[in-house]
Parts: sequence; C-alpha cells; structure tokens
Amino acid sequence: MALLEVKDLKVRVEEREILHGLTLTVNEGQVHAIMGPNGSGKSTLSHVIAGKPGYEVTGGQILFRGEDLLEMSPDVRAAKGVFLAFQYPVEIPGVATMTFLRTALNAQRKARGESEYSTPDFLKKVREVSKSLGIPQDMLKRGVNVGFSGGEKKRNEVLQMALFEPSLCILDEMDSGLDIDALRIAADGVNALRSPERAMVVITHYQRLLNYIVPDVVHVMSKGRVVKSGGKELALELEASGYAQFEDAA
Amino acid sequence: MPAVQETVERVKRIDVDQYRYGFETLIESDKAPKGLSEETVKFISEKKNEPAWMLQWRLEAYRRWLTMTEPTWARVDYPKIDFQDLYYYSAPKPKKTITSLDEIDPEILKTYEKLGIPLREVAMLEGVEPKPGDQDPNRRKIAVDAVFDSVSVATTFKAELKKAGVIFMPISEAIREHPELVQKYLGSVVPTSDNFYATLNSAVFSDGSFVYVPPGVRCPMELSTYFRINERNTGQFERTLIIADKGAYVSYLEGCTAPQRDENQLHAAVVELVAHDDAEIKYSTVQNWYPGNSEGKGGIYNFVTKRGDCRGDRSKISWTQVETGSAITWKYPSCILRGDNSSGEFYSIAISNGYQQVDSGTKMIHLGKNTSSRIISKGIAAGKSQNTYRGLVTAHRKATGARNFTACDSLLIGDKCGAHTVPYIEAKNSSATFEHEATTSKISEDVLFYCIQRGLSQEEAVGLVVNGFVKDVLQQLPMEFAVEAQKLISISLEGSVG
Repeated sequence: MALLEVKDLKVRVEEREILHGLTLTVNEGQVHAIMGPNGSGKSTLSHVIAGKPGYEVTGGQILFRGEDLLEMSPDVRAAKGVFLAFQYPVEIPGVATMTFLRTALNAQRKARGESEYSTPDFLKKVREVSKSLGIPQDMLKRGVNVGFSGGEKKRNEVLQMALFEPSLCILDEMDSGLDIDALRIAADGVNALRSPERAMVVITHYQRLLNYIVPDVVHVMSKGRVVKSGGKELALELEASGYAQFEDAA
Repeated sequence: MPAVQETVERVKRIDVDQYRYGFETLIESDKAPKGLSEETVKFISEKKNEPAWMLQWRLEAYRRWLTMTEPTWARVDYPKIDFQDLYYYSAPKPKKTITSLDEIDPEILKTYEKLGIPLREVAMLEGVEPKPGDQDPNRRKIAVDAVFDSVSVATTFKAELKKAGVIFMPISEAIREHPELVQKYLGSVVPTSDNFYATLNSAVFSDGSFVYVPPGVRCPMELSTYFRINERNTGQFERTLIIADKGAYVSYLEGCTAPQRDENQLHAAVVELVAHDDAEIKYSTVQNWYPGNSEGKGGIYNFVTKRGDCRGDRSKISWTQVETGSAITWKYPSCILRGDNSSGEFYSIAISNGYQQVDSGTKMIHLGKNTSSRIISKGIAAGKSQNTYRGLVTAHRKATGARNFTACDSLLIGDKCGAHTVPYIEAKNSSATFEHEATTSKISEDVLFYCIQRGLSQEEAVGLVVNGFVKDVLQQLPMEFAVEAQKLISISLEGSVG
C-alpha cells in the first residue's frame, strides 16, 4: 500500500522554483534511494515532506496514508510517523540528550492520544536501543549533539529513529562527513529498522551508502524532477557513468 | 546645636503633639492619605507602633529624598512617576475568612497550577484558614512569611526556627522586639542616602522580612517569602534585612506572583544582607510581577536595591535571580567583598517579552584581600522588549589577589527585541585577575525546526531551547524553585514566536 505519494510537486524558495513537478510513490516496506547532483532538489524534497518553514508549495500535493500532509504542522507530521534524519543535526546546549529524547517521545505519544512513558520504562527502552547502536550512556547525559563527532551525531539520529518508531524515515545525506567505520555502524542501525510496515527514503550523492543500505528502488533527480527510476543496479550505473547523461533528460 | 539637629528636635516635639491628636482619626483609615509628605511618613510609623528612633530614621531619609533626583542612566523608558499621586501605605482589609480553595478566583488558581505551586501553598498564599486538626503530612519544610499588601499576615514554622535560635519575622515586629539588632544593621549596607529609590524606601517602607542567624547555626530550613500586590495604586516598599552571624548559614527564597493590573505600580524594595566571618547567605528570587498587557500598558515598575556585605573574612554571599515579570526592571543585586578571602556570586536569568524593559546586573566590589566573585548572566529578549545587562566589577587598591569571572550570554527571539551588555571593569590593584566573556545569539530557526520535527510544538521547542540556555543558572536554585522557575520561563515566553 502506498505510504507516501508525492504528486506533481512544485516548490519555490524566494521566487525561485526548485521542484518543477516531482512525482514519487513509496510503498510500505520499501527502501527508496534518491540520487542526484548538487542542486537537483533532493534536500528541498526532504524538507518539504517534513514541513520546514521557508518553502512555498505552488502546486501538486503530498499524501501520507492518503492524508494531505501539507495541511499538517511539522509536529503533527512527526506524531503521524514522518521522521527526517538531518544532514547536519543541530546542537542544543544545556538540554541533555536523555531529556530531549523523552520530551520528544512523550510529545509524540501525547499527540497520538497514547499514554506517556514512565521513567523506568523509558530508561529501559533507551538503554536497549543505545546499546545496540554502540552509544555509550554518558553520551546521553551530554547536551544534544554538543561536542559530538560526525559519527556520533548520525548515530544519535538513528537512535531517535529507533526510539520513535516512525513509519516513514527520510535520511538526508546520512553519509556526509562519515568515515567508513562510522558509516557502517549507522547503516547497520538503519538496516535493523527495516520492516514490512516501515518505508525509507535514502537521499545521497554517492552509491557508497547504498552498498550498506540496499534500496528496492533508485530514483535519479535532476533539476527538480525525477528523471529516471529503476532497481538497485541503477545506482551502480550512475557510479560508473555519472549524472551528466541525465542533465539533458531534465 | 547644629541647625539640622535643631530642626530634627523641633519636628520631634511637634510630632509628639500631632500623634496625640491625630492618632484617633488616622487609625480609622486603612490607607495613608495619597501623596508623600512628613505626615505620610509619620502615619506609617504610627501605624506600625514604631519607637521614636525609627521614625527619626525615616524622617531623615525622607528629607534626604526631597533633595534627590531620579536616576536616568538606565536603558529604560517610562512616563514620569508622580510621587504625589501614589498611596504609600495600605493595610490589608480584614479578609473575609476563606475556608476552602473553591472560593478563590479560578483565574488565579490557574496561574498557580501552571506554575506548579502546591495547593497547600496556594491555600496559605490566598489566606485559607485550615480546619482545626487538618494536618498535611506531606508539607514541605518551607517557612512562608506571606506578605499581603505590605503587611505580613502569616508566619509559619516559627517554633522550629526559634529552637535553632533563628529569628525570622516581619521587620515591623523586629523593630519592636529586637531593636538592638535592627538599629545595628538597618541601613548599614544600603545607607538611607544611597540612591533615590532606596532613600524613598527608607522613608516609607511598609514591611518585609527580618532574619538573624546566630553564630555557628545552620538555618534548619529554606526561608521563603511570597510577595504579592493586591491593592490598586499602592506603592510597595518592602524592606528585608538578613544577618548571618559568624559561621552561620541561611538560604532565603523570595518569589512573587501578581494578579493582572492595568495601572502601573511602583515597587521599590531594599534588601540588605550581612555575612560575618565564615558565614554564608544564599538569596534566591523568582520574580513574576505583572509585566503589562500585549500593548505594553500597565505592569509593575520594579526599582530594587539589593546589596550584600561580606563583612567578615571567608564569608560568602550568593544571589540567584529569575526575572520574568515587571514592565520595568531596575535591579542590581551586589556584593561588597570586604572581608579577606570572601566571595560573591551572581547568577541571573532575565527574560523580557512584549514591551518589557529590563536593566539588570550586579556590582562586585572587591575591597579585601584574595576576594573572588563570579557572575553568570543569561538574558533572553523576545517580542518588542529591551534587555540590558549592566555590571560593575571593581578592585580597590588594597584588594590584592582579587579575582572575577564574568559570563554574559544573551539570546534573542525574533527580530524586534534588543539585548545589550554594559560591563564596567575597574582594577586599581595590579594583582587583580578579571575575566569577561559575552555572547549574543539568536534562537536559530534550524534548532527550532529540529525540535518540532521530533514532535514538539513551537512553544515547547522554544521552552526547551531556552531552558537549556539558562541551565547553568537554574541549577543554582533550590530544587523546588528550579522546577517552578522552569515552568515560569515557558509561560513567560508563550506567544513569543510565530
């Protein structure tokens, strides 16, 4: 069943159109990769799905489980199960990671009409998940992402993904700034979350990440549109021949 | 006989006569006549049954005040105050006895609930009479000396404090019961001639708290006073005096909530702290006076003089304040580091929203040898407010080895507010080490979006980020106040974005 349907989406940022009618359908259980050169609109797409301010949707629609996503505020989207793993996770000084995790999780649960986690249950859950991701406990006591290495920041994103159990995960350039070991750890975390109920959209420049997170479908974006879609072999093809061949197609 | 003294003597004689004739008529009234004159000062003194020396002290302050002008150096802007258009004293009307919380205005209860103030305290603050034999086993050990409209009406935990030898009572009572202590210390930190507002306070102060902790005694509980303003157009002039004798320790909490008002109200308090050898005083404030409405109308004018004197060697005074209310805040809790090896601390969170104007900071005056001070100031400006940190750090010629560390951080929310940092630093001793750090940042859209993407509402996100920003200072507050302050910070910033 279609989880996410992006139909003929047109988006402007300050008078300049970035997406010129983008269409994309992601079904439950699938992992889609979106590849493309700088400026093709990949990050814009992820931001618009999550509801970041500053983008003007001038046409088309985004449906999430058939509901109009663009009508919802970003926190409502989060509670509905839309999760964006940021390319550059922000630092929040003075707010302990543990506090942040619990505040966010309980806010989502409250919005869904579920009961808030009790402290012992929450701690148990966090310990379990963080252990599987190799996140030391003292990292959870530090301010959110404050002084974290690139790898730690990305692992913290995966940790949140595992805790919040979203139905749609968008991973924006997860591989940027990671060495090969850090990349493998983060990718393992993501793979562990693959499930028949959950879909993922993996945005990346490079095929490298897709060696670790193997997609079901690969899309190539250029100049604000999806110009080609195919299986995982498309990524290999791109790696060999580059994006130039698609520039004209757009 | 010098001329001044002569005048004083004459006035004293007249005073006695007037007292004799005027007393009966005046006592009928709950309020002093509008405006400020020697008559007003005498009226207040009579109301309080004060000894002659106290009246004398007030009158001297009043006469000095007549020669002074309002300070204008602070970065605040307000219409000129007509000091003759205010009432300077009002006793609480005999409150109709409330026996249950149900009888209290639901709006007021809602504010208390948002702040997380336990119902038992609400009951005390609102003057609910407990039924006989009604004992709450969970009551916390906080002695509340509640000030309603200038007169203390409730004092608790007196017996326990008495056992420890701690004196904690309204200053009006202390003037009568412990005149030797009051006479020795009152005005010894903030002299009657100190500044326009402190001098005004000295002339007309209505009530406040008095604390004396004897040598070697650690006060067995946190002392707390809630100040509230109820009467329209009544200037509030609280006077607080806290003395920690040699080796004593006391922690005092002052918190304020005020119901909505649409007329400006003047509040000019004076707080004096004295710490003798090896003594420590921790003074915490959560201030939440009415800040005015969304158009900047109304709100409290808060012109406060707070000063601590580290009189003894190795003494320590620590100020912690969370300032969220008032239309205008003019407040500089300071430390005079007189004793050798004494230390002073100032931890401050000042939040301004709407049209609020805050000009606040501290003075650390290093006089003794090897004295040290620490200043952590967090200013948060939102809406159309202006938030200024103004601080002075100074080392006297003889203050060998003086050390200060200052960190001033400002956070801006939106683009119509302002944050300003005005540090004055003077070192007259070459061995002094003063460090000053300052930052100003805007609350970033990216940070907010990150939080919101994780499920927090816009307001929750702002609250979380701001609470992170002020964490260093919140940690200085006693536990229960920290929780309350955290909530207050979120309430104060409601509607500051979007």
